[in-house]
Amino acid sequence: MSNFSETSSDMVVMIGRNLLRYRRLPQLIVFSSIQPVMFVLLFVFVFGGAISTSASKYVNYLLPGIFVQTVLFGAMMTGVGLADDLSKGLIDRFRSLPIARSAVLVGRTVTELIRNVFVLILMTLVGLLIGFTIENGFGNFVLALLLTSFFGFAFSWISATIGLAAKNVETVQSAGFIWVFPLVFASSIFVPVETMGHGLRVFAEHNPISYVANTVRALILGTPVGDNAWYSLIWIIGILIVFVPLAVRSYRKIT
Amino acid sequence: MSKQALQVYIKDAHQAGMSNQQIMQELTQAGWQVHDLLDLIIEPKPTAVATPPVILVENLSKSYGQVKALDNISLKIHRGQVTALLGPNGAGKTTLIRILTTLLLPTSGQVTVAGLDVIRDAQKLRGIIGLAGQYAAVDETLTGRENLEMFGRLYHLTRTAAKARAIELLHQFNLEDAADRILKTYSGGMRRRLDLAASLVIRPQVLFLDEPTSGLDPRSRFALWNVIRDLVANGTTVLLTTQYMEEADQLADKIFVMDRGHIITIGTSDELKNQVGGDILELHLVNHADAARAAVAIRQFGTEEAHADPATGIVTVPVRGGSAVLVDAVRQLDTLGLKVLDIILRRPSLDDVFMKLTGHATE
Repeated sequence: MSNFSETSSDMVVMIGRNLLRYRRLPQLIVFSSIQPVMFVLLFVFVFGGAISTSASKYVNYLLPGIFVQTVLFGAMMTGVGLADDLSKGLIDRFRSLPIARSAVLVGRTVTELIRNVFVLILMTLVGLLIGFTIENGFGNFVLALLLTSFFGFAFSWISATIGLAAKNVETVQSAGFIWVFPLVFASSIFVPVETMGHGLRVFAEHNPISYVANTVRALILGTPVGDNAWYSLIWIIGILIVFVPLAVRSYRKIT
Repeated sequence: MSKQALQVYIKDAHQAGMSNQQIMQELTQAGWQVHDLLDLIIEPKPTAVATPPVILVENLSKSYGQVKALDNISLKIHRGQVTALLGPNGAGKTTLIRILTTLLLPTSGQVTVAGLDVIRDAQKLRGIIGLAGQYAAVDETLTGRENLEMFGRLYHLTRTAAKARAIELLHQFNLEDAADRILKTYSGGMRRRLDLAASLVIRPQVLFLDEPTSGLDPRSRFALWNVIRDLVANGTTVLLTTQYMEEADQLADKIFVMDRGHIITIGTSDELKNQVGGDILELHLVNHADAARAAVAIRQFGTEEAHADPATGIVTVPVRGGSAVLVDAVRQLDTLGLKVLDIILRRPSLDDVFMKLTGHATE
């Protein structure tokens, strides 16, 4: 086998193993799906009346935002999974095998990508049940989901870097969410940034999460995308350029 | 050249690994007659040509900041040997294993395994070694079979070969009945067996076992020892670490005793025991608090200081002179009113060796 086919085979084996784990521990999927579904229901029915947005229905405004929020929280599972493997000694076993240095990390991030796509589809179905409508064509909707997933994939690599540094599940869980929470809420995910105070608004406007949420929302609702798409792509690529080598490097240097 | 000088020359040539034919050729070319050489050459068969060591460590150090986990260690291990690294926690055993298995980079020094450099040829090396034990695990959410197939695939066996090898290993390690059960349902001993099986997927040239039986009950430990003995009988080179004297005693041809980043002595189990010399007199006191007093009382019979452990009420001292000492010791203790549960004269254990070499116990 060539080196390339060996490396891709390693990655496929790792993805297969991770997915099998999810099948064996369905509670992981169930809980990571319940949370976003709950968010949709709570926001629509509790805040829906109070928050006025440009979208005809708040659910149409909210769902694209919740998509982005979900993949970000989902991406944090990457670090948790790695820390779990690390604390149980599996990473050491993998590192003692003649596999590509990136296989374990790619296997993990791609697994979370697949899981995120699954959860996005589930949320769409729940959204459709409570009145969400795809207003701008199915093609654009799929494009929006792709961008969301890709953004989540980039965040997975940040999470992987944290997971390898922190090395234990509890630390990763708190360290992973502490910085994601403010980023998610100080963005255009739940409310239009125009409603925020000046300082916060400046931050929220330049928050990468806002760029992505704006793009996803524009694609789904059919409003103008503007520069948001470009900023989103630049952020995604930028995150990957920084964090893929960082994560691989800390994987190699685990002591 | 005299006949004597010729003899020396031939001996050297043999030692350098030259065959009789080559020597003959060389000497006849130099003008010697064949019949003059025959009786000289045929007689000494060259002693086995020294094979290069399978593990070679030269001046290896590993530091974490100011702390030296390994301090200028050198060692050689030959093919087919079982070697134990014996020492307490923090001795540097695991650090050494992690360097040998490419998991950790050395701070300085040369390390080769099967002729491959652990830094330069790391990826190639990973393809021919196996690692099992306390820090190398198996996936507890998968079944035994799934684990072995996964590791087979990661060693780049084809799907079919990985499946076949998994079946072989499950059979070899007596795990067939549990093959399709998730590892969470396995006992500690079964997990260790699977862990060991996972490290043998590719029939490694060198097998590293890091504390293979730590945390196991005595029965599972004994069973695992038998498994390891079988592997060794089939010619696998094994390097294992252990904190248990008995384990090193049972399994290893050669023992490296480590303490605080150094190798403090090397030898077979018997050689190490002979370093202590003579026998060990061991007292078990009724009153644990009497340990220190008893140690002073029996010092006169010992060749060295007695060691008292007030926690267990056990006092040991190396002695010479056989059973006469035993009688004298009992009399002395009786005079002082020190009550003993048991008094034994025994061969030194590796614990005694460790005590003698380092001045402190293993645990």
